[in-house]
Amino acid sequence: MTDAYIFDHVRSPRGRGRSNGALHSVTPVDLASQVLSRLRDRNELDTSRLDDVVLGCVTPVGEQGACIARTAVLCADFAENVPGKQLNRFCASGLEAVNTAAAGIMAGQSDLAIGGGVECMSRVPMGSDSGALHADPAVAYKTYFVPQGIGADLIASKYGFTRGDVDAYAVESQRRAARAWDQGWFDGSVIDISDHIGRSLLARDEHMRPGTTLEDLAGLKAAFEIPGQQAGFDAVALQKYPEVEAIEHVHTGGNSSGIVDGAAAMLLGSLKAGRALGLVPRARIVGFASIGTDPTIMLTGPAPSAEKVLKRCGMTTSDIDLFELNEAFASVVLLYMQRLGIEHERINVNGGAIAMGHPLGATGTMILGTVLDELERRDLNTALVNLCVGGGMGTATIIERVRENGK
Amino acid sequence: MSDMTTMEWQSGDDGVVVLTIDVAGRTMNVMTPEFLDDIATAAAGIAADDAIRGAVITSGKEAFMAGADLHALVADFGSRDSRELYVRCRRLQDALRQLETCGKPVAAAINGSALGGGLELCLACHYRVAADKQRSVLGLPEVQVGLMPGGGGTQRLPRMLGIEPALKLITEGTRLSPADALAAGIVNELAAAGREIDAARRWVLQHGDATQPWDRQGFKVPGGAGLMDPRVVQTFTVGTALLNQATQHNYPAPAAILSAVYEGTVLPIDKALDIETAYFVSLLRSPVFRNMARTLFISKGAADKLERRPAGPPERKVTKLGVLGAGMMGAGIAYVSARAGIEVVLLDTDDATARAGKEYSRKLVDAGVARGRIDRDTGAALLARIVTGSDFARLDGAELVIEAVFEDRAVKADVTRRAEAVMPDDAILASNTSTLPITGLAEASSRPARFIGIHFFSPVDRMPLVEVIVGQKTDDAAIAQALDYVRQLAKTPIVVNDSRGFYTSRVFSVYTREGIAMLAEGVAPALIENVARHAGMPVGPLAVTDEVSLELSYRVARQAQQDLGAAYVATPADEVLRRFVEDLERRGKRYGKGFYDYPEGGRKRLWPGLAEQYPRAAVQPPADEVRRRLLYCQAIESVRCLDENVVTHPADADIGSVFGWGFPAWTGGTVSFIESVGLAAFVAAADELAAAHGERFAVPESLRRRADQGRLFYRQGAAGKSRHAA
Repeated sequence: MTDAYIFDHVRSPRGRGRSNGALHSVTPVDLASQVLSRLRDRNELDTSRLDDVVLGCVTPVGEQGACIARTAVLCADFAENVPGKQLNRFCASGLEAVNTAAAGIMAGQSDLAIGGGVECMSRVPMGSDSGALHADPAVAYKTYFVPQGIGADLIASKYGFTRGDVDAYAVESQRRAARAWDQGWFDGSVIDISDHIGRSLLARDEHMRPGTTLEDLAGLKAAFEIPGQQAGFDAVALQKYPEVEAIEHVHTGGNSSGIVDGAAAMLLGSLKAGRALGLVPRARIVGFASIGTDPTIMLTGPAPSAEKVLKRCGMTTSDIDLFELNEAFASVVLLYMQRLGIEHERINVNGGAIAMGHPLGATGTMILGTVLDELERRDLNTALVNLCVGGGMGTATIIERVRENGK
Repeated sequence: MSDMTTMEWQSGDDGVVVLTIDVAGRTMNVMTPEFLDDIATAAAGIAADDAIRGAVITSGKEAFMAGADLHALVADFGSRDSRELYVRCRRLQDALRQLETCGKPVAAAINGSALGGGLELCLACHYRVAADKQRSVLGLPEVQVGLMPGGGGTQRLPRMLGIEPALKLITEGTRLSPADALAAGIVNELAAAGREIDAARRWVLQHGDATQPWDRQGFKVPGGAGLMDPRVVQTFTVGTALLNQATQHNYPAPAAILSAVYEGTVLPIDKALDIETAYFVSLLRSPVFRNMARTLFISKGAADKLERRPAGPPERKVTKLGVLGAGMMGAGIAYVSARAGIEVVLLDTDDATARAGKEYSRKLVDAGVARGRIDRDTGAALLARIVTGSDFARLDGAELVIEAVFEDRAVKADVTRRAEAVMPDDAILASNTSTLPITGLAEASSRPARFIGIHFFSPVDRMPLVEVIVGQKTDDAAIAQALDYVRQLAKTPIVVNDSRGFYTSRVFSVYTREGIAMLAEGVAPALIENVARHAGMPVGPLAVTDEVSLELSYRVARQAQQDLGAAYVATPADEVLRRFVEDLERRGKRYGKGFYDYPEGGRKRLWPGLAEQYPRAAVQPPADEVRRRLLYCQAIESVRCLDENVVTHPADADIGSVFGWGFPAWTGGTVSFIESVGLAAFVAAADELAAAHGERFAVPESLRRRADQGRLFYRQGAAGKSRHAA
């Protein structure tokens, strides 16, 4: 089997996912193509050597529809022979895009590829693509569908995480993200996004609220209490989890991932292809795995997917230096730490989506890039990247740094 | 059109045919096979004759038309496969489709109630005129017996009203007055009663449009259809969750309705009707339909008509009722009786207490007036019929006296003697006791043949069931008169032979005790409570014990222990009750604490101390096992009641369980539940429960024999004697 290596990655800053967000005026295809262009330019890449560009996008309708990956490749003036493919594994799409790009290389059917993702949540709102999962009565009935926020609150209720616990986690996410930005730890991979006459629109994550305190968060209203109680979702969740007395609605806008616009891209290839183009490998894809779990609680997939990939790679959690788990909701990370026995110092060390936001299709690529940068900064070796996924899934990838020539 | 047997064909000089539906031998028009033939024949006749300009459809009976023949469907249950059922059900769709595409305008002149298939026939007409009668109702109530519309209702109604309003009407089975039906857009015009045919004829002649909106090019469902429309996404996403909340996955009909509307509204009408038929067939094959139709409609209908009344004694209505004891129950009995037009004397130990009992009625009347349910004069007249006091002499002339005093033999004996001293010789004395055997109480009576139990449920004004309890010496006249009185109240009676706890309290206590036993075993209390509710019980066993009060449950158990001595069958619940009442002083909701805490202004929460009293077992049972224990114990106890002749018919056991203590309607009742599981499967599962949890799950021999012989409780093909339409 050929090994797949990461040569480089870039991401956009994350713009507030609302009409006052700095990236709101940027079309998804423009955002994706700016990221692709920058990855090409800073690696002086002959794009004709690319076998594929795979982009995650969770709401592929409207201006994100019609295969945004191929569209972005065309807009970025990549060589005409470069194809594009859009995929959707909900929140793990950005990581799955990298895994898919890597899989082609590992299988010997591709030499060089880009994995990435894009989501302009201010322009194509979540849920715009609808779906049988929640709206076809036969399906939603059979699967006991509830929205993810209810799943997150169910996790907190079932495993005993209080509002104080989840808020404390959020405060720390904000603190870590602010510190990383202030120290310049993100500078190497975050690019400016500008308009077509060259005006810079955004250079730094816009969603962060540095200095957030527990008191600030304590005043926020539970986000899912009304749908939970008035639209019947709490009752549906309890039908699946009758051992839980009641759903405690602990998640708010302050301890859940932010809605943002963003894009990211990562360049991968075989050692041989990289060498031919003068690319220096930074990390090896050790393995990856996805898994399905109960769709109602929905967000408990990370730990089983982590265990699955660790087993596949013959590793244990003690072989992993840093963990990165998307901060979809605070309870998801708290449960993950509890299940795998990971102390907070080893996970999401530079904050996450609670502070910086979660551009659905792009986040997986972003957090993989972030943890690679951090391995290098700390001079550590291995990381496991994980996301919880809609419909009850988890996706995980293990990377290992390489120093020179793939060793 | 001489070959039609269910409708009369009358062609007028103006070219309008009037079709008058009159299904012979039925009080209501129902959709018989002959009727379907006739509709198709009529449609062909209207189309073929060039002299015919259009048609008006009306009914020769007081009601326009009811729907399917539920007796026939229940009798037929399980005897046909899907394909056979599909062919039958498709005939209705085809006949109605033939009518609406006959090329001539057809108007419905809805002279009375049009329900189910009756209304669906109207929806297949091009225009609908309803007679503005106060007592007429229009609707698609099939869901209430576990079915759905099968004559195009789930397709035509959303195409007329939009998906959301149509879904609401169909999933709730709402019955609308003609005026409300006009406002909802179901009928096009109201006419004074008797003028509906003229109005319909006028429309045919003056406007007559023979094309349904959905048969026109470019038709769009109002409000949108399909998931490309965000409004529709919202409707079905939230609609499905609310439906899951309400049905807890126990009732297939509402889900089938949602799916039929969801899938059908993006299709051309013919394919859409086919979707409806497929879902309809799946429901016809579900035991939930059989259970609900049999118990809620057929058996309840028979009970309401006093099927068990001894035929001998002539009907005798109560004009004056005495009620002894003005507490919750007495006050409630006074209210429902006065509401039924009966003069009530409400007595208690002193005038003030008796007056306070009447206040209960005043509150209900005021609330009813505020909500527009009754008018002020009716309310005032109701209250005027209740007189209060403490003097037993006022019982003079009462045909019936009901005592609802404290559950104490001595107190009851005392009021019995004092009441009988003034009551007419042929009057009946009834006890509303829920715990003390009637035969014992009758010992205090000077005329035990005229002493009976009339057991109401709380709150009396809302609970539909009344248990009539026959003591050893109670005679037929007393039974007949008690039943006549229940019918006056428009409640549903079951006749029960005397036994400790009678039928309902006896079986219900088995449920609460099973829940308490599980608590003692270390089953998580939330699991017990949630699973009970998810099975369809209205309240969890721990919560309901709190509501009844642990104190009372404990007292009743001790009384039984005393009375029965060695014969008393102890359960693990006994010790829990003792500990809560005596050691922990958590006596129930009215004392502010029990199995639950009742924080002021907040919702109740399970007492956290439960975990300390009864440490959680490391391995919790699966929800299915908890559910089985809670339902099986009740079913088995009901069989014992049948064996002991406490209840005499399976239908009574079923009615009593559903309407008395809220045993889930999807089961059809405790006995139908066994039939739904399957006798052999039930026995096998109960044997496992008995092995694991003790004798209380021991299968009665009678049931084991039935299972061996494959002999159901209900005779097949004979669901009820009388034949009435849905």
